[in-house]
Amino acid sequence: MSGTFAVLVGRDLRLAARRRIDAALPIAFFTVAISLFPLGVGPEPQMLRQIAPGVVWVAALLAAMLSVTQLYATDLADGSLEQMLLVPGGRLAIVVAKAASHWLLTGLPLAVAAPVFGLLFDMAPAAIGALVASLVLGTPVLSLLGGLGAALTLGLRSGAVLLILIIVPLCIPALIFGAGAVAAVDAGQSARGHYSLLGAVLIFTAVLAPVATAAALRIATE
Amino acid sequence: MDDRQTASTSEASDARLVVRDLQCRRGERVLFAPVSFVVCAGAIVWIRGANGQGKTTLLRTLAGLSAPAVGELAWAGAPALPPRPLYLAHANALKDDLTVGESLRFLLHLGGHHVDSQLVDAALERFGLASRCDAFVRTLSQGQRRRVALARLAAQRELLPWLLDEPFDALDAAGVETLSAVIAAHARRGGSVVLTSHLPVAIDDPSPIVVQLHEPATA
Repeated sequence: MSGTFAVLVGRDLRLAARRRIDAALPIAFFTVAISLFPLGVGPEPQMLRQIAPGVVWVAALLAAMLSVTQLYATDLADGSLEQMLLVPGGRLAIVVAKAASHWLLTGLPLAVAAPVFGLLFDMAPAAIGALVASLVLGTPVLSLLGGLGAALTLGLRSGAVLLILIIVPLCIPALIFGAGAVAAVDAGQSARGHYSLLGAVLIFTAVLAPVATAAALRIATE
Repeated sequence: MDDRQTASTSEASDARLVVRDLQCRRGERVLFAPVSFVVCAGAIVWIRGANGQGKTTLLRTLAGLSAPAVGELAWAGAPALPPRPLYLAHANALKDDLTVGESLRFLLHLGGHHVDSQLVDAALERFGLASRCDAFVRTLSQGQRRRVALARLAAQRELLPWLLDEPFDALDAAGVETLSAVIAAHARRGGSVVLTSHLPVAIDDPSPIVVQLHEPATA
């Protein structure tokens, strides 16, 4: 199964490399969305520092939701999904592989680009560090849940809207603990509790979401 | 309607696919009258039926992608593990943004082969696409894409059952001849093939067993 996983992730990364503009779309959205806030709410540094964690996290959440809608759709359309599902252990392998490649193409770049936005919002270095750590822990949750949403809405016409309605509420714990960790560090307190909870959400999601997603894929391709 | 004859030439207890009173459903509709047949090693089974009769759904059920509505299908001959059939759908499972070589490599990896350049090149050569190995799939015609999808068959060394959905679609005369030869060779070596085709299947040895799908009896 690990061989299948590696082959699937490799293929998705190669496809993204061939369509670099499309692959950069979530980051572009993330950048534009975040840059609008200082323009919209005013440049007062104290307020920007306060809203920064929430803004970055919400933008990351929305960028993840917008980029998962087609996660399985193209493979379903050209028949690749069926072939992958026929491999023994393929259902679980493709679910985990899709979540992994989505995270490598969306979540990881967001976490890496976060310091730049931290500077934009005049955040303290400790807070920026906490922001990156919370994103590294939290964006895999978004990828896993986004994959679940994509599988549940596979083949539906208004799938994107339904996906957002179903999955965004599930992402709220990660959002709260992630943004909360940064706010705690900013206020001089320890964020250990927040990281622990965020880590627990990650483990919980990593165990349950793939199974649910695999079941959803089975229903969608029956 | 029932076809229990087999064209198997081997006496060995190879895995046989036994289909008994099978009916498939698409949505609420039962697609065809119950069908029963046995696919032995070395046999070619040609599933025929009108458009929309359920040939594709039947193949998908044999591949394990859907569960049958009624009846059962089972692997007899006591194999250690039921063999994983090679299923070639109507869609080619090729990505536009990958090259021919990369696409075939990916499909062969999924099929569990140990993939090396020799295997890929030989498979493409068999179906006449060796020169297009580095071309992107989006630059190929429909028939050429079909050949890339079919090239997986030429790379098969194991005697897996093949489930082919309209494999002759979009192929020119030379392609049809090549594919017929590949299918016949697989059957003669002891593998089994179940296929659907609207065109006559021009294979004489072994001669295909015809399974006809009929409308389900009403009430």
